[in-house]
Amino acid sequence: MSELERQGVRPVAISVDSPEESAMLCKKAGYTYTFLSDPNAEVIRRYNLLHRAAGVDGKDIARPAEFLVDASGVVRWRNLTEDLRVRATPEDALKGAQLLP
Amino acid sequence: MIDEMMIKQEVAFGEPKRKWNWRIWTGFFLALAVIPSYLLFLGRFPITRDVPWASWLMFAAAGWLLWTGLRRTVANPEVYRGRIVGPIFAVLSLGAAGLFAYATLYASRQLPAAAGAPAVGGKAPEFALADTSGRKVALSTLLSEPMAGIQAGKPRGVLLVFYRGYW
Repeated sequence: MSELERQGVRPVAISVDSPEESAMLCKKAGYTYTFLSDPNAEVIRRYNLLHRAAGVDGKDIARPAEFLVDASGVVRWRNLTEDLRVRATPEDALKGAQLLP
Repeated sequence: MIDEMMIKQEVAFGEPKRKWNWRIWTGFFLALAVIPSYLLFLGRFPITRDVPWASWLMFAAAGWLLWTGLRRTVANPEVYRGRIVGPIFAVLSLGAAGLFAYATLYASRQLPAAAGAPAVGGKAPEFALADTSGRKVALSTLLSEPMAGIQAGKPRGVLLVFYRGYW
């Protein structure tokens, strides 16, 4: 992740977790990047990533996905995993970052 | 073979002493260990997580041990213990393997297709969401605000990581 930041890419994590829950996660794991809260899954819906009732207590959450967006707001790389267990590595995102102008 | 002959002699002389069937016990505990070892260790590394070959190897070794142990007790119950416990362990181990297969081959793939998600070349929809301090942040701000300490000037891009949440 820090290599991504060195390349000028800002990581931004988004989930339905509240700001307090994300703050706890950041503190616990030592993350320093931006964590955004989408409690009603509004933005998740806008990005078509809704996973109905898949969260704890049947909450609507996001299915995992990554989008590399360039400075003009255009998607240059994306990763939509087919398996919850298989996540894109920072290396995958770095390769995607080569595609940034 | 030799120990079977010796024990058959013992049986003939009225002093039966059945051997502990270490294979079925070892096989069973190995099978039980697969799921915890995946959750606690093997599942943390992409090389053993994405295709959990190491876990399947553990199940295969457990299966072989259970099979060879069961064979012995079925063929020579007067020599090898485990006539009752063996099949029970085998069924439970099959159950553990079935559960692992279900979780890794089916359950973890139950994801919506996300057919309408922004594609490469498309515009990333604008949004404004609260960060950990409660401050509302817009995508346009994330794309233009200089990154602290690392790069002077605007970022080259933003990596949006949508995740399920922490629980």
